[in-house]
Amino acid sequence: MDQLAQIADGVIAGADEQVGELTRQAIQQGTPPKMILDDGLIAGMNVIGERFKAHEIFLPDVLMAAKAMYAGMNELKPLLIKEGIPSLGKVVIGTVRGDLHDIGKNLVGIMLKGAGYEVIDLGKDVAPEAMVRAAQEYDASVIGMSALLTTTMPAMSEVAEILQRERLNGRIKTIVGGAPVTEDFARDIGADAYGYDAANAVERVRSLIGNT
Amino acid sequence: MEPLADRLAAGDILLADGATGTMLLERGLEPGQCPESVTLSHPELLVEVGRLYVEAGADIIETNTFGASPLRLAQHGLGDRTEELNREAVRAARKAAAERVYVAASCGPSGRLLKPYGDTDPQQVYDGFRLQMECLVAAGVDCVCVETMIDLAEAKLAIQAAKETSPTTPVMATMTFDATPRGFYTIMGVSVADAAAGLEDSGADVIGSNCGNGIESMIALAKELHRHSDLPLIIQPNAGLPETRDGKTVYNETPGFTAEKAVELITTGVSIIGGCCGTTPDHTAALRAVIGDLS
Repeated sequence: MDQLAQIADGVIAGADEQVGELTRQAIQQGTPPKMILDDGLIAGMNVIGERFKAHEIFLPDVLMAAKAMYAGMNELKPLLIKEGIPSLGKVVIGTVRGDLHDIGKNLVGIMLKGAGYEVIDLGKDVAPEAMVRAAQEYDASVIGMSALLTTTMPAMSEVAEILQRERLNGRIKTIVGGAPVTEDFARDIGADAYGYDAANAVERVRSLIGNT
Repeated sequence: MEPLADRLAAGDILLADGATGTMLLERGLEPGQCPESVTLSHPELLVEVGRLYVEAGADIIETNTFGASPLRLAQHGLGDRTEELNREAVRAARKAAAERVYVAASCGPSGRLLKPYGDTDPQQVYDGFRLQMECLVAAGVDCVCVETMIDLAEAKLAIQAAKETSPTTPVMATMTFDATPRGFYTIMGVSVADAAAGLEDSGADVIGSNCGNGIESMIALAKELHRHSDLPLIIQPNAGLPETRDGKTVYNETPGFTAEKAVELITTGVSIIGGCCGTTPDHTAALRAVIGDLS
């Protein structure tokens, strides 16, 4: 089997050591890093994303696949940086202030990385101000916010307000998600997008950044 | 009071209380604040909420210890207060129960993902549950309610911790399922069949589901659980799924609607019916009337 297809299959199977080894081999044999990334790691994560969306697989499978993707990514990263290959874009993500639920946010992070985005994960219980500052510091074009608690959702609107006040809206877009969050809520607070699940969040980020 | 196990064996239908968290939020719990911290700062609120459910007709009220396992408390910097948080929550619930109703010890997920897909050693999670169970049992509860589990492996650890702490204390165990186009699964991919078998194998005396669904989905879930287990069932629906209106969270299933649907839920063969997020003492009172009519 084609080596890149093997890498993709390794990601799908969650075989982290195998993916690390195959990625090293591909690099040694002179396969372009961008090709290993796109046709190996990202191709595998795309399949995982589709299957997760169809409820054929569940969170543990996605987490194992992510581990495998990271194993390959760690080998590739120095080369991608050296060759100056840009990511599709930078996204700052975090669970909002007061909220410690990060399963969904982590899933979105995995899917975004798996789709080729650079993700700056600020973790959980992140203050609105900190999200905006991180987006500026890393020159990110999107801030992704997650909340599980209905009581912490208002922190999302604070981010939108700061961006508006500092005239950063437009340059830094926002996307919100999490169990209690809805399209209506996103519109009400002036967020640029709402992702109803992790796969949908990636699609929405893709259209926000304009690389469709 | 007659032991809870005897009531279940006799085929009685028991009424569990409704939500605690959303009731505390109405009473000043700050968004994002650790709900268990109320146990030390305002124990009188726990007694008040507990009494409202007792007055509404609940047979079982739960302790404010859903997140009081040490790993989860550690996320709020309260890990070293596990003992007093569990003990005092039981004390408040017992005060509200006043020997008239049963006190169930609530035990929710650790908030950590187990190896290999997560970073936490199962033994560490077991040890945490074991400590929590020892505190709860020592403080004097009538049963344990392991609830809102999404990972069967973690649910089993909690059940085992309860049973190894006190083999005679009944353990109820519930998981939270999502209705997917392919049927009910937890977010971790546990099917209803696997949940029923796994919870029963680990020694649960009562199995069921709480949270994540309104009462209509719960009827379908209860039927499916029944097909896979002969154990008594406990079902605690939300008052529907949360919606946001004018910046406020609302749950749409009224006490009247809940009561109407509860007839089918109970005749499906559910032994314990209660409520989760968004349910209030009014829902409890409405359910009490339904159970009264049926028995």
